[in-house]
Amino acid sequence: MPTRWFGERIPRNEDPRLLTGRGMYVDDVRRPGTLHAAFYRSPHAHARILRIATDQAKALPGVVAVVTAQDLPERIRGPLPKLIPHPALVHHKTQVALAGEVVRHVGEPIALVVAESRYIAEDALELIDVEFEVLPAAVDLEAAAKPGAPRVHADMADNIAAHHIQRAGNVEEAFAKAPHVFRERFTMDRGSSSPIETRGVVAEWDPRSHQLTVWDSTQAPIRIRNYLSDLLGLPQANVRVIAPDIGGGFGPKIMMCYPEEISIPWAAMMLERPVKWIEDRREHFVATNHERLQIHDAEIAVDTDGRILGVRTTYLHDCGAYCAYGLTVPIVSGTTLPGPYKIPNYHAEYRAVFANKTQTSPYRGAGRPHGVFVMERLMDRVARELGIDRAEVRRRNFIQPHEFPYDLGGLIYQDGVRLVYDSGNYPEVFRKTMDHIGYADWAAQKARYRREGRRVGLGFAFYVEGTGIGPYEGCRITVEPSGKVYVATSVGTQGQGHYTSFAQIVADALGTDVRDVIVTTGDSGAFGWGTGTFASRAAVVAGNAVALAAGAVRQKTLQVAATLLEARGDDLELAEGKVFVRGVPGRAVMLGQVAAAANPLRGVIPQEWEGPGLEATRYFAPPSGAFAAGCHAALVEVDTETGLIRFLRYVVVHDCGPVINPMILEGQVRGGVAQGIGNAFYEKLVYDEQGQLLTQTFMDYLLPTVAEVPPVEVDHVETPSPLNPLGIKGAGEAGVIPVPALVASALDDALSEEGVRITEMPLSPSRLREILREAQTAPTPA
Amino acid sequence: MKPAPFRYVAPRSVDETLALLAEHGAEGKILAGGQSLVPLLNMRLARPQVIVDINGIRSLAYIRRKDDHLHVGALTRQRAVEESATVRRQVPLLWEAIRFVGHPQIRTRGTVGGSLAHADPSAELPAVAAALDAELVVRSPSGERALSPGEFFAGYLTTALEPTDLLTEIRFPLLPERTGTAFVEVARRHGDFALVGVAAVVRRSDGTIAEARLAFTGVGPGPVRARGAEGRLAGSAGTSRVFADAAREAAARLDPESEIHATAQYRRDVAATLARRALELAWQRSGGRTR
Repeated sequence: MPTRWFGERIPRNEDPRLLTGRGMYVDDVRRPGTLHAAFYRSPHAHARILRIATDQAKALPGVVAVVTAQDLPERIRGPLPKLIPHPALVHHKTQVALAGEVVRHVGEPIALVVAESRYIAEDALELIDVEFEVLPAAVDLEAAAKPGAPRVHADMADNIAAHHIQRAGNVEEAFAKAPHVFRERFTMDRGSSSPIETRGVVAEWDPRSHQLTVWDSTQAPIRIRNYLSDLLGLPQANVRVIAPDIGGGFGPKIMMCYPEEISIPWAAMMLERPVKWIEDRREHFVATNHERLQIHDAEIAVDTDGRILGVRTTYLHDCGAYCAYGLTVPIVSGTTLPGPYKIPNYHAEYRAVFANKTQTSPYRGAGRPHGVFVMERLMDRVARELGIDRAEVRRRNFIQPHEFPYDLGGLIYQDGVRLVYDSGNYPEVFRKTMDHIGYADWAAQKARYRREGRRVGLGFAFYVEGTGIGPYEGCRITVEPSGKVYVATSVGTQGQGHYTSFAQIVADALGTDVRDVIVTTGDSGAFGWGTGTFASRAAVVAGNAVALAAGAVRQKTLQVAATLLEARGDDLELAEGKVFVRGVPGRAVMLGQVAAAANPLRGVIPQEWEGPGLEATRYFAPPSGAFAAGCHAALVEVDTETGLIRFLRYVVVHDCGPVINPMILEGQVRGGVAQGIGNAFYEKLVYDEQGQLLTQTFMDYLLPTVAEVPPVEVDHVETPSPLNPLGIKGAGEAGVIPVPALVASALDDALSEEGVRITEMPLSPSRLREILREAQTAPTPA
Repeated sequence: MKPAPFRYVAPRSVDETLALLAEHGAEGKILAGGQSLVPLLNMRLARPQVIVDINGIRSLAYIRRKDDHLHVGALTRQRAVEESATVRRQVPLLWEAIRFVGHPQIRTRGTVGGSLAHADPSAELPAVAAALDAELVVRSPSGERALSPGEFFAGYLTTALEPTDLLTEIRFPLLPERTGTAFVEVARRHGDFALVGVAAVVRRSDGTIAEARLAFTGVGPGPVRARGAEGRLAGSAGTSRVFADAAREAAARLDPESEIHATAQYRRDVAATLARRALELAWQRSGGRTR
């Protein structure tokens, strides 16, 4: 047993259960008498609903109910909640549970069928007859942003949901005086986060106890509980939402509320039978939020040494048909873009635009890949134009370790707080990365490849990631007389390893084996206060709440044990599941005995115990986010004849402060890199001009597989955050953020002879060949 | 994604299968490995009334050499072909190409006959059959007939098979001495259908090409033989220049479509590249030296 669990590369507590097929996912929830739901979804991107005929569907044997908007009670018939309001978001449009008048994207639910089986429910969908008046659709982002475009919402004059500017310094003056200004347009296209487990909801209503239980594949069970309570008119105490094992979240599973998250629980109450809806993959492609499409016009002003004088970016953000979540993605793009560099003058301005496509909301990275892509591309451009080594250009502009906390000059981050980096050591992260990839020797190595007829490029990209934002999370820890420690947290888990990393924190505080710490996450019945798992915050915010609660339980353990052992608390130690007098291991009492003694049958509980039992509840509310950073570097080989690419090496150096479990962290990073590679070269949601999604299967929407993802070498730098007791920073999104920028940089390098300059993502072999042809035929633009 | 209702029958013999197909006609559909059919059913893009599951007919799964052909039963799993030393030795082109079909999981279920009968325009096996001039043996109530690839493949997802027909066997002719073959392809990801694939067969007579065959996949409604280029290659010297010219000529005659994964121009360009690579590789494997 290690003396300290924190920092150990130990196997995960949850793995024996998950790897042997004993996980409990929403579809594994089997309640007696369950009915199965399916949705009739809009086949049109934009249409008025003239008539819905459900008689034939209702008559099909096995069909229990067919529900349309008019059947819903008034309180859930209107627009669903607005998540994160923002002063700039003047048109905070949200979706409805069932569309009754207008549909604004393909896949919007119009009717709900509940039947004895999903098969019958889908048969019934074919019997529903809806008459539409098809309306012109706004699809292309730039076209949708223009005056005169078809309007997604008839009560608006155009499709602009928000127009928002953030500034630092005086960018106009900086650009006017700058010796060099370089401009470029950058595009990142739509993607889907594609968790292995699609969404799903099972709801059960007990009419005797008035208790609604909902199993939901969500990242925010407690907030879903709160919304359900409000929308269905039930006390919060009568609604329990459980996010059991979740097969990947990545952001889109936090969208309070998806239509199905309301209509399924309501149907269970109305029918007084459990109702199950498991989203199928085709539904997922059109009914679960997308992300990524932004078009950035960007320019950078530098002096003759390549020092940044100013950066300006104006961009369009694609909301899809609604904007329920708010402006998180474009705000995060604009506030991530400056990255590790000192940018005295900065202007970020965007328009969030409605279009007749599936809604967007944060997806792992949440606007950060866009910001990093723009900034790192601009830095490579500066290096190329001024003839300065691209690593040197970065070194000249890094924020230095002694300059923290570093204020970005008045930008406001996604949490509404002034953007100030708490800590970091960017030159060290960069140096380590360059050492690992062998940058010093690269020119010679590249020439060797070239002599062999091979086109290999070295790419790298640096990022700073805001993690661990508030408002708060909480934790309750209880030691049972068995000596086992039960931890209930407010966040949900979608594969991040919380059952282990939280247990490591607790085991250190209480001197127990990590396997004796049992963590419960994502059950509003176990812990009722919290926000959710998003924005790389669970380890930071909930992890520190866990540490605080564990510290409190430790204190109480010492108090109670001091009485039992007739010793001073200061003289006691906790180890191996026991409390003993320092230097006298024989004078010991088991942790479980202390727990039993803290909950006596008779006698007196001293006031300083603050109640019975070895139990404590604590909350952690950080003042602002902790800023992690990292640098990725890779060697990428290009076959110019086929446009195929291959990673020869991939290196990540990452700084998220002290590492709780390196194995879990490296898994997080590697998974992120895989998703980033998807974003760079494989995954693209393609709409046609009518707003039909052409990529609705995994044959057309291409996720990278193990054959496309290289081994990833991971190393760490540990710069603690001063903003939380554990000093940790989040790591959930780190892996994905710089990958598109890195791939672009590697391709530029590999194809430097042709003067290729990558400004768009994702690419494909076909598109890469086109870019190569264009570069060979066109003169380099100024 | 649940299929529309259908009846399920599982015949135990070819004769029983033929009787069922005759009974149900166009409303029946044969289920072999199911790797294409089941997704089509689940998406309700195919809605046969009757599924005729032939997986229980063991006698349709075999690999055996007979005279100057390798006979492969239609129900032979692709994985069995991949693992067969006989195939590797006797029909290396088939062995090389089959590893491009999906992933091991898919090949473990997917069948040789199923892939050919489904006739996906980007599938590997139709191009192999075309390049090798394989015979496709079809049973029907009126008897047995053997079709050439040209007769069998009739267009996009279409073959000469009638609803009452069952593809039972594929006969791959064994190639003479000093013949090399190669299969190369470009796909978006490992295991995907080909954006472009090329099967090449080159027979060598000293330094000249005695005979060459070239078949493409992914660039037309079905496998495309490049007869013009083949004619030009026969009798030519086996040089890089000759292979490159023939490859370009063959690719120039293709008429691929643009779709979300690749433009027509990309497919044509890559077809030329892959044809050149496949010809050179086949030539080297025939024992020829490239000059």
